[in-house]
Amino acid sequence: MVNHESLNCQEVWHEISNYVDGEVGASLRSRMDEHFPTCPHCASMLAGTRNIVQLYGDERMLEVPAGFSQRLEKRLERKLKPEAGEKRFWKAVSRSSPWSSWSAWLIPVAAIALFVGTLALVDTLTFKFPAKSVMAELGNNIPPDMLVVVSDGSKVFHVAGCRFIHDKATQRTITAKQAMLDGYVPCSRCMRKYLKASRSGQSAFDSARADEEEDQEEILSTAGN
Amino acid sequence: MSGPHVALNNSEQSSDTRERYLISCVQSGQHELFYELVRPYERRVYAAAFTILRNEHDAEDAAQEAMLKAFKSIQQFRAEARFSTWLIQITVNESLMRRRRERTVVMEPMDNRRDAAGSGEDSEYAPRDFADWREIPSEALERKEVRQRLAEALGTLDRKYREVFVMRDMEHLNIQETAEALGISVASVKTRLLRARLMLRDLLAAGWKQGWFSRVPFEKGAKPW
Repeated sequence: MVNHESLNCQEVWHEISNYVDGEVGASLRSRMDEHFPTCPHCASMLAGTRNIVQLYGDERMLEVPAGFSQRLEKRLERKLKPEAGEKRFWKAVSRSSPWSSWSAWLIPVAAIALFVGTLALVDTLTFKFPAKSVMAELGNNIPPDMLVVVSDGSKVFHVAGCRFIHDKATQRTITAKQAMLDGYVPCSRCMRKYLKASRSGQSAFDSARADEEEDQEEILSTAGN
Repeated sequence: MSGPHVALNNSEQSSDTRERYLISCVQSGQHELFYELVRPYERRVYAAAFTILRNEHDAEDAAQEAMLKAFKSIQQFRAEARFSTWLIQITVNESLMRRRRERTVVMEPMDNRRDAAGSGEDSEYAPRDFADWREIPSEALERKEVRQRLAEALGTLDRKYREVFVMRDMEHLNIQETAEALGISVASVKTRLLRARLMLRDLLAAGWKQGWFSRVPFEKGAKPW
Protein backbone atom coordinates (compact mmCIF):
# COMPACT_ATOMS: atom_id res chain seq x y z
CA MET A 1 0.00 0.00 0.00
CA VAL A 2 1.41 3.36 -0.98
CA ASN A 3 1.51 6.17 1.51
CA HIS A 4 1.38 9.69 0.24
CA GLU A 5 2.26 12.62 2.36
CA SER A 6 -0.54 14.65 1.00
CA LEU A 7 -3.27 11.96 0.80
CA ASN A 8 -3.34 8.42 2.11
CA CYS A 9 -5.28 5.46 0.67
CA GLN A 10 -7.89 5.52 3.46
CA GLU A 11 -8.75 9.08 2.58
CA VAL A 12 -8.97 8.17 -1.07
CA TRP A 13 -11.31 5.24 -0.39
CA HIS A 14 -13.48 7.44 1.77
CA GLU A 15 -13.95 9.93 -1.02
CA ILE A 16 -13.84 7.66 -4.04
CA SER A 17 -17.61 7.58 -4.50
CA ASN A 18 -17.86 11.37 -4.32
CA TYR A 19 -14.93 11.57 -6.73
CA VAL A 20 -16.77 9.41 -9.28
CA ASP A 21 -19.86 11.61 -8.88
CA GLY A 22 -17.87 14.82 -9.23
CA GLU A 23 -18.85 15.78 -5.70
CA VAL A 24 -15.38 16.65 -4.37
CA GLY A 25 -13.83 20.08 -4.28
CA ALA A 26 -11.16 21.17 -6.75
CA SER A 27 -8.31 20.84 -4.27
CA LEU A 28 -9.22 17.32 -3.16
CA ARG A 29 -9.84 16.24 -6.75
CA SER A 30 -6.41 17.45 -7.76
CA ARG A 31 -4.73 15.52 -4.92
CA MET A 32 -6.68 12.38 -5.81
CA ASP A 33 -5.77 12.82 -9.46
CA GLU A 34 -2.13 12.81 -8.41
CA HIS A 35 -2.61 9.77 -6.17
CA PHE A 36 -4.22 7.30 -8.60
CA PRO A 37 -1.35 6.94 -11.12
CA THR A 38 1.04 6.14 -8.30
CA CYS A 39 -1.17 3.63 -6.41
CA PRO A 40 -2.32 0.48 -8.25
CA HIS A 41 -4.72 -0.48 -5.45
CA CYS A 42 -6.53 2.82 -5.44
CA ALA A 43 -6.52 2.86 -9.23
CA SER A 44 -8.15 -0.58 -9.17
CA MET A 45 -10.70 0.70 -6.64
CA LEU A 46 -11.50 3.63 -8.88
CA ALA A 47 -11.87 1.43 -11.96
CA GLY A 48 -14.04 -1.02 -10.05
CA THR A 49 -16.30 1.71 -8.67
CA ARG A 50 -16.69 3.26 -12.09
CA ASN A 51 -17.52 -0.15 -13.54
CA ILE A 52 -20.18 -0.71 -10.91
CA VAL A 53 -21.76 2.67 -11.63
CA GLN A 54 -21.61 2.04 -15.35
CA LEU A 55 -22.88 -1.55 -15.31
CA TYR A 56 -25.78 -0.96 -12.91
CA GLY A 57 -26.65 2.35 -14.54
CA ASP A 58 -27.32 0.58 -17.82
CA GLU A 59 -30.95 0.43 -18.91
CA ARG A 60 -30.56 -3.29 -19.55
CA MET A 61 -30.26 -3.87 -15.81
CA LEU A 62 -33.85 -2.74 -15.35
CA GLU A 63 -35.67 -5.88 -16.31
CA VAL A 64 -39.42 -6.14 -15.96
CA PRO A 65 -41.47 -9.36 -15.80
CA ALA A 66 -42.86 -10.69 -19.08
CA GLY A 67 -46.10 -8.95 -20.05
CA PHE A 68 -45.54 -6.08 -17.61
CA SER A 69 -46.01 -3.35 -20.21
CA GLN A 70 -49.21 -4.86 -21.57
CA ARG A 71 -50.70 -5.27 -18.11
CA LEU A 72 -49.77 -1.72 -17.17
CA GLU A 73 -51.24 -0.33 -20.37
CA LYS A 74 -54.46 -2.28 -19.84
CA ARG A 75 -54.86 -1.11 -16.27
CA LEU A 76 -54.25 2.49 -17.22
CA GLU A 77 -56.68 2.13 -20.11
CA ARG A 78 -59.35 0.69 -17.82
CA LYS A 79 -58.94 3.47 -15.28
CA LEU A 80 -58.48 6.37 -17.64
CA LYS A 81 -60.78 5.62 -20.56
CA PRO A 82 -64.21 6.16 -18.99
CA GLU A 83 -63.14 9.42 -17.44
CA ALA A 84 -61.38 10.51 -20.60
CA GLY A 85 -64.32 9.50 -22.76
CA GLU A 86 -66.80 11.34 -20.59
CA LYS A 87 -64.75 14.50 -20.52
CA ARG A 88 -64.18 14.33 -24.26
CA PHE A 89 -67.92 13.97 -24.78
CA TRP A 90 -68.78 17.02 -22.71
CA LYS A 91 -65.97 18.96 -24.25
CA ALA A 92 -67.19 18.06 -27.73
CA VAL A 93 -70.73 18.99 -26.80
CA SER A 94 -69.72 22.35 -25.44
CA ARG A 95 -67.43 23.03 -28.41
CA SER A 96 -69.75 21.97 -31.21
CA SER A 97 -73.03 23.09 -29.71
CA PRO A 98 -74.41 26.59 -30.33
CA TRP A 99 -76.14 26.47 -26.89
CA SER A 100 -73.02 27.46 -25.02
CA SER A 101 -74.04 31.14 -25.33
CA TRP A 102 -76.98 32.41 -23.23
CA SER A 103 -78.30 34.53 -26.09
CA ALA A 104 -78.77 31.38 -28.17
CA TRP A 105 -81.44 30.24 -25.71
CA LEU A 106 -83.62 33.33 -26.38
CA ILE A 107 -85.16 31.93 -29.58
CA PRO A 108 -86.42 28.59 -28.16
CA VAL A 109 -87.63 30.29 -24.98
CA ALA A 110 -89.61 32.79 -27.03
CA ALA A 111 -91.05 29.98 -29.17
CA ILE A 112 -92.18 28.04 -26.09
CA ALA A 113 -93.78 31.18 -24.61
CA LEU A 114 -95.66 31.80 -27.86
CA PHE A 115 -96.91 28.20 -27.97
CA VAL A 116 -98.11 28.27 -24.37
CA GLY A 117 -99.83 31.64 -24.98
CA THR A 118 -101.65 30.28 -28.03
CA LEU A 119 -102.89 27.27 -26.07
CA ALA A 120 -104.21 29.55 -23.33
CA LEU A 121 -106.01 31.71 -25.87
CA VAL A 122 -107.62 28.71 -27.62
CA ASP A 123 -108.68 27.37 -24.25
CA THR A 124 -110.36 30.65 -23.40
CA LEU A 125 -112.26 30.90 -26.68
CA THR A 126 -113.43 27.29 -26.91
CA PHE A 127 -116.99 26.31 -25.67
CA LYS A 128 -116.93 24.01 -22.73
CA PHE A 129 -119.65 21.61 -21.69
CA PRO A 130 -120.90 22.26 -18.22
CA ALA A 131 -119.11 20.25 -15.63
CA LYS A 132 -120.86 17.09 -14.64
CA SER A 133 -121.51 16.15 -11.08
CA VAL A 134 -119.13 13.91 -9.26
CA MET A 135 -121.66 11.13 -9.27
CA ALA A 136 -122.24 11.46 -13.02
CA GLU A 137 -118.56 10.82 -13.52
CA LEU A 138 -119.05 7.47 -11.84
CA GLY A 139 -121.26 6.19 -14.62
CA ASN A 140 -118.41 5.70 -17.00
CA ASN A 141 -118.82 1.94 -17.13
CA ILE A 142 -122.57 2.05 -17.88
CA PRO A 143 -123.32 1.16 -21.53
CA PRO A 144 -124.38 4.46 -23.14
CA ASP A 145 -127.27 2.87 -25.03
CA MET A 146 -128.70 1.13 -21.99
CA LEU A 147 -132.27 2.15 -21.27
CA VAL A 148 -132.70 3.67 -17.82
CA VAL A 149 -135.56 5.26 -15.91
CA VAL A 150 -135.60 8.82 -14.55
CA SER A 151 -138.31 10.63 -12.67
CA ASP A 152 -139.14 14.13 -11.48
CA GLY A 153 -137.85 15.29 -8.14
CA SER A 154 -134.63 13.31 -8.29
CA LYS A 155 -131.47 13.44 -10.33
CA VAL A 156 -130.88 9.67 -10.06
CA PHE A 157 -131.47 7.22 -12.89
CA HIS A 158 -132.38 3.59 -12.37
CA VAL A 159 -132.93 0.32 -14.18
CA ALA A 160 -136.62 -0.29 -14.83
CA GLY A 161 -138.35 -1.70 -11.77
CA CYS A 162 -135.87 -0.42 -9.19
CA ARG A 163 -137.66 0.08 -5.91
CA PHE A 164 -135.77 3.30 -5.26
CA ILE A 165 -137.29 5.24 -8.18
CA HIS A 166 -138.22 8.55 -6.58
CA ASP A 167 -141.56 9.27 -8.25
CA LYS A 168 -142.87 6.33 -10.22
CA ALA A 169 -145.74 8.42 -11.56
CA THR A 170 -143.41 10.68 -13.51
CA GLN A 171 -140.91 8.05 -14.55
CA ARG A 172 -139.80 7.95 -18.15
CA THR A 173 -137.26 5.88 -20.07
CA ILE A 174 -134.19 7.37 -21.74
CA THR A 175 -130.68 6.12 -22.61
CA ALA A 176 -128.00 6.15 -19.93
CA LYS A 177 -125.94 8.52 -22.06
CA GLN A 178 -128.80 11.00 -22.23
CA ALA A 179 -129.42 10.65 -18.51
CA MET A 180 -125.87 11.49 -17.69
CA LEU A 181 -125.83 14.40 -20.14
CA ASP A 182 -128.91 15.71 -18.36
CA GLY A 183 -127.05 15.58 -15.05
CA TYR A 184 -128.53 12.37 -13.65
CA VAL A 185 -126.35 10.04 -11.62
CA PRO A 186 -126.73 6.27 -11.47
CA CYS A 187 -128.58 4.69 -8.61
CA SER A 188 -126.09 3.06 -6.30
CA ARG A 189 -128.46 0.15 -5.66
CA CYS A 190 -129.65 -0.99 -9.05
CA MET A 191 -126.52 0.24 -10.88
CA ARG A 192 -124.17 -1.22 -8.31
CA LYS A 193 -122.44 -3.61 -10.68
CA TYR A 194 -121.52 -0.77 -13.03
CA LEU A 195 -120.33 1.50 -10.29
CA LYS A 196 -117.94 -0.86 -8.55
CA ALA A 197 -115.32 -0.69 -11.29
CA SER A 198 -115.63 3.06 -11.58
CA ARG A 199 -115.43 3.70 -7.85
CA SER A 200 -112.34 1.67 -7.35
CA GLY A 201 -110.34 4.51 -8.88
CA GLN A 202 -112.09 7.28 -6.95
CA SER A 203 -110.92 8.87 -3.80
CA ALA A 204 -112.41 7.97 -0.47
CA PHE A 205 -113.93 11.44 -0.39
CA ASP A 206 -115.87 10.89 -3.63
CA SER A 207 -116.98 7.50 -2.44
CA ALA A 208 -118.27 8.87 0.81
CA ARG A 209 -120.06 11.66 -0.99
CA ALA A 210 -121.83 9.19 -3.31
CA ASP A 211 -122.91 7.11 -0.36
CA GLU A 212 -124.28 10.20 1.31
CA GLU A 213 -126.36 11.13 -1.76
CA GLU A 214 -127.56 7.56 -2.05
CA ASP A 215 -128.73 7.50 1.52
CA GLN A 216 -130.49 10.79 1.06
CA GLU A 217 -132.25 9.42 -2.04
CA GLU A 218 -133.29 6.32 -0.17
CA ILE A 219 -134.81 8.42 2.58
CA LEU A 220 -136.66 10.54 0.05
CA SER A 221 -137.80 7.45 -1.84
CA THR A 222 -139.12 5.87 1.32
CA ALA A 223 -140.85 9.07 2.26
CA GLY A 224 -142.47 9.26 -1.21
CA ASN A 225 -143.81 5.79 -0.99
CA MET B 1 -18.48 19.70 -30.49
CA SER B 2 -18.45 16.55 -32.54
CA GLY B 3 -21.27 15.30 -34.74
CA PRO B 4 -22.56 12.42 -32.58
CA HIS B 5 -22.66 14.68 -29.52
CA VAL B 6 -24.74 17.22 -31.38
CA ALA B 7 -27.07 14.48 -32.52
CA LEU B 8 -27.36 13.14 -28.99
CA ASN B 9 -28.06 16.57 -27.55
CA ASN B 10 -30.63 17.30 -30.22
CA SER B 11 -32.27 13.97 -29.57
CA GLU B 12 -32.33 14.62 -25.80
CA GLN B 13 -33.69 18.09 -26.39
CA SER B 14 -36.40 16.80 -28.69
CA SER B 15 -37.26 14.09 -26.16
CA ASP B 16 -37.55 16.74 -23.42
CA THR B 17 -39.70 18.92 -25.65
CA ARG B 18 -41.95 16.02 -26.48
CA GLU B 19 -42.25 15.13 -22.80
CA ARG B 20 -43.22 18.69 -21.91
CA TYR B 21 -45.75 18.67 -24.73
CA LEU B 22 -47.26 15.38 -23.53
CA ILE B 23 -47.46 16.65 -19.95
CA SER B 24 -49.35 19.76 -21.03
CA CYS B 25 -51.69 17.64 -23.19
CA VAL B 26 -52.51 15.31 -20.30
CA GLN B 27 -52.92 18.25 -17.93
CA SER B 28 -55.38 19.85 -20.32
CA GLY B 29 -57.52 16.74 -20.50
CA GLN B 30 -56.05 14.43 -23.17
CA HIS B 31 -55.82 11.58 -20.72
CA GLU B 32 -55.31 8.95 -23.39
CA LEU B 33 -51.77 10.30 -23.86
CA PHE B 34 -50.76 9.48 -20.30
CA TYR B 35 -49.42 6.02 -21.11
CA GLU B 36 -47.28 7.47 -23.88
CA LEU B 37 -45.89 9.92 -21.34
CA VAL B 38 -44.93 7.29 -18.75
CA ARG B 39 -43.94 4.45 -21.08
CA PRO B 40 -40.23 5.43 -21.21
CA TYR B 41 -40.08 5.17 -17.42
CA GLU B 42 -41.99 1.97 -16.78
CA ARG B 43 -38.82 -0.06 -16.25
CA ARG B 44 -37.43 2.46 -13.81
CA VAL B 45 -40.69 2.62 -11.94
CA TYR B 46 -40.82 -1.16 -11.63
CA ALA B 47 -37.18 -1.35 -10.55
CA ALA B 48 -37.74 1.26 -7.84
CA ALA B 49 -40.75 -0.65 -6.51
CA PHE B 50 -38.93 -4.00 -6.66
CA THR B 51 -35.93 -2.63 -4.78
CA ILE B 52 -38.15 -1.76 -1.85
CA LEU B 53 -40.68 -4.61 -1.93
CA ARG B 54 -38.42 -7.47 -3.15
CA ASN B 55 -41.36 -9.32 -4.67
CA GLU B 56 -42.29 -9.31 -8.34
CA HIS B 57 -46.04 -9.34 -7.84
CA ASP B 58 -46.07 -6.63 -5.18
CA ALA B 59 -43.63 -4.53 -7.18
CA GLU B 60 -45.78 -4.73 -10.31
CA ASP B 61 -48.89 -3.80 -8.38
CA ALA B 62 -47.12 -0.91 -6.65
CA ALA B 63 -45.72 0.30 -9.98
CA GLN B 64 -49.18 0.32 -11.55
CA GLU B 65 -50.67 2.07 -8.54
CA ALA B 66 -47.88 4.66 -8.61
CA MET B 67 -48.65 5.37 -12.27
CA LEU B 68 -52.32 5.90 -11.44
CA LYS B 69 -51.42 8.19 -8.55
CA ALA B 70 -49.14 10.13 -10.86
CA PHE B 71 -52.05 10.52 -13.26
CA LYS B 72 -54.36 11.77 -10.52
CA SER B 73 -51.74 14.28 -9.37
CA ILE B 74 -50.56 15.37 -12.81
CA GLN B 75 -52.08 18.83 -12.33
CA GLN B 76 -49.73 19.36 -9.39
CA PHE B 77 -46.62 18.58 -11.44
CA ARG B 78 -44.52 21.69 -12.04
CA ALA B 79 -42.09 22.06 -14.90
CA GLU B 80 -39.14 22.92 -12.66
CA ALA B 81 -38.89 19.28 -11.55
CA ARG B 82 -37.85 16.39 -13.78
CA PHE B 83 -40.87 14.27 -14.64
CA SER B 84 -38.90 11.05 -14.18
CA THR B 85 -37.77 12.10 -10.72
CA TRP B 86 -41.30 13.05 -9.75
CA LEU B 87 -42.58 9.69 -10.99
CA ILE B 88 -39.88 7.73 -9.15
CA GLN B 89 -40.58 9.64 -5.93
CA ILE B 90 -44.26 8.73 -6.17
CA THR B 91 -43.26 5.10 -6.72
CA VAL B 92 -40.90 5.10 -3.76
CA ASN B 93 -43.60 6.62 -1.54
CA GLU B 94 -46.16 4.08 -2.69
CA SER B 95 -43.74 1.18 -2.16
CA LEU B 96 -42.62 2.36 1.28
CA MET B 97 -46.23 2.82 2.30
CA ARG B 98 -47.06 -0.72 1.18
CA ARG B 99 -44.11 -2.15 3.01
CA ARG B 100 -45.19 -0.40 6.18
CA ARG B 101 -48.80 -1.45 5.68
CA GLU B 102 -48.11 -5.06 4.93
CA ARG B 103 -45.37 -5.23 7.56
CA THR B 104 -43.26 -7.09 5.06
CA VAL B 105 -40.33 -8.73 6.71
CA VAL B 106 -37.51 -8.73 4.20
CA MET B 107 -35.12 -11.52 4.98
CA GLU B 108 -31.62 -10.18 4.64
CA PRO B 109 -28.55 -12.40 4.39
CA MET B 110 -27.07 -12.96 7.85
CA ASP B 111 -23.63 -11.70 6.89
CA ASN B 112 -24.92 -8.40 5.64
CA ARG B 113 -27.14 -7.93 8.66
CA ARG B 114 -24.15 -8.42 10.88
CA ASP B 115 -22.11 -6.06 8.72
CA ALA B 116 -24.76 -3.40 8.94
CA ALA B 117 -25.30 -3.86 12.64
CA GLY B 118 -21.68 -4.20 13.56
CA SER B 119 -20.37 -1.12 11.89
CA GLY B 120 -21.30 2.50 11.83
CA GLU B 121 -21.78 4.13 8.48
CA ASP B 122 -18.89 6.46 9.10
CA SER B 123 -16.31 3.82 10.00
CA GLU B 124 -13.39 3.37 7.66
CA TYR B 125 -13.57 1.00 4.74
CA ALA B 126 -10.83 -1.34 3.65
CA PRO B 127 -11.25 -3.00 0.26
CA ARG B 128 -10.88 -6.76 0.17
CA ASP B 129 -9.95 -7.18 -3.43
CA PHE B 130 -7.84 -5.23 -5.85
CA ALA B 131 -8.62 -7.12 -9.05
CA ASP B 132 -8.21 -5.13 -12.18
CA TRP B 133 -11.68 -4.18 -13.27
CA ARG B 134 -10.80 -2.26 -16.32
CA GLU B 135 -11.39 -5.30 -18.48
CA ILE B 136 -15.14 -5.52 -17.97
CA PRO B 137 -16.93 -4.23 -21.02
CA SER B 138 -20.52 -3.02 -20.86
CA GLU B 139 -21.25 -5.52 -23.67
CA ALA B 140 -21.14 -8.15 -20.93
CA LEU B 141 -24.63 -7.00 -20.03
CA GLU B 142 -25.92 -8.60 -23.20
CA ARG B 143 -25.55 -11.89 -21.35
CA LYS B 144 -28.46 -12.77 -19.16
CA GLU B 145 -26.14 -14.66 -16.84
CA VAL B 146 -24.16 -11.49 -16.14
CA ARG B 147 -27.28 -9.47 -15.47
CA GLN B 148 -28.44 -12.16 -13.12
CA ARG B 149 -25.13 -12.13 -11.22
CA LEU B 150 -25.32 -8.38 -10.85
CA ALA B 151 -28.92 -8.56 -9.63
CA GLU B 152 -28.01 -11.30 -7.13
CA ALA B 153 -25.12 -9.27 -5.77
CA LEU B 154 -27.40 -6.27 -5.36
CA GLY B 155 -29.95 -8.46 -3.61
CA THR B 156 -27.43 -9.43 -0.93
CA LEU B 157 -26.92 -5.83 0.19
CA ASP B 158 -28.61 -4.60 3.29
CA ARG B 159 -31.84 -2.76 2.45
CA LYS B 160 -30.60 0.70 3.42
CA TYR B 161 -27.59 0.40 1.10
CA ARG B 162 -29.55 -1.21 -1.69
CA GLU B 163 -32.25 1.46 -1.74
CA VAL B 164 -29.81 4.33 -1.94
CA PHE B 165 -27.76 2.56 -4.60
CA VAL B 166 -30.80 1.85 -6.78
CA MET B 167 -32.20 5.38 -6.49
CA ARG B 168 -28.86 6.97 -7.24
CA ASP B 169 -27.13 4.65 -9.69
CA MET B 170 -30.02 2.87 -11.38
CA GLU B 171 -32.80 5.44 -11.21
CA HIS B 172 -30.31 8.27 -11.72
CA LEU B 173 -31.78 10.54 -9.08
CA ASN B 174 -29.25 13.06 -7.77
CA ILE B 175 -28.06 13.05 -4.17
CA GLN B 176 -30.65 15.59 -3.02
CA GLU B 177 -33.51 13.82 -4.82
CA THR B 178 -32.46 10.46 -3.38
CA ALA B 179 -32.40 11.94 0.11
CA GLU B 180 -35.87 13.41 -0.36
CA ALA B 181 -37.31 10.23 -1.88
CA LEU B 182 -36.06 8.06 0.96
CA GLY B 183 -36.51 10.60 3.72
CA ILE B 184 -32.86 10.57 4.85
CA SER B 185 -30.10 13.18 5.00
CA VAL B 186 -27.77 14.03 2.13
CA ALA B 187 -24.81 12.90 4.26
CA SER B 188 -26.45 9.49 4.80
CA VAL B 189 -27.04 9.14 1.08
CA LYS B 190 -23.36 9.78 0.36
CA THR B 191 -22.13 7.38 3.01
CA ARG B 192 -24.52 4.60 2.09
CA LEU B 193 -23.78 5.06 -1.58
CA LEU B 194 -20.05 4.73 -0.97
CA ARG B 195 -20.65 1.55 1.02
CA ALA B 196 -22.99 0.08 -1.53
CA ARG B 197 -20.66 0.73 -4.43
CA LEU B 198 -17.63 -0.69 -2.66
CA MET B 199 -19.51 -3.74 -1.36
CA LEU B 200 -20.75 -4.49 -4.85
CA ARG B 201 -17.27 -3.96 -6.19
CA ASP B 202 -15.86 -6.45 -3.72
CA LEU B 203 -18.60 -9.00 -4.36
CA LEU B 204 -18.25 -8.82 -8.10
CA ALA B 205 -14.47 -8.46 -8.24
CA ALA B 206 -14.08 -11.75 -6.40
CA GLY B 207 -16.54 -13.32 -8.77
CA TRP B 208 -14.77 -11.88 -11.73
CA LYS B 209 -11.56 -13.69 -10.78
CA GLN B 210 -13.33 -17.00 -10.17
CA GLY B 211 -15.56 -16.90 -13.18
CA TRP B 212 -18.59 -14.92 -14.21
CA PHE B 213 -19.53 -12.94 -11.13
CA SER B 214 -20.20 -15.90 -8.87
CA ARG B 215 -21.38 -14.46 -5.55
CA VAL B 216 -18.87 -14.61 -2.75
CA PRO B 217 -20.38 -13.32 0.46
CA PHE B 218 -18.20 -11.72 3.04
CA GLU B 219 -16.53 -14.18 5.34
CA LYS B 220 -18.32 -14.86 8.57
CA GLY B 221 -17.08 -12.66 11.35
CA ALA B 222 -15.05 -10.48 9.06
CA LYS B 223 -15.61 -6.77 9.05
CA PRO B 224 -14.07 -5.34 5.93
CA TRP B 225 -14.73 -1.86 7.23
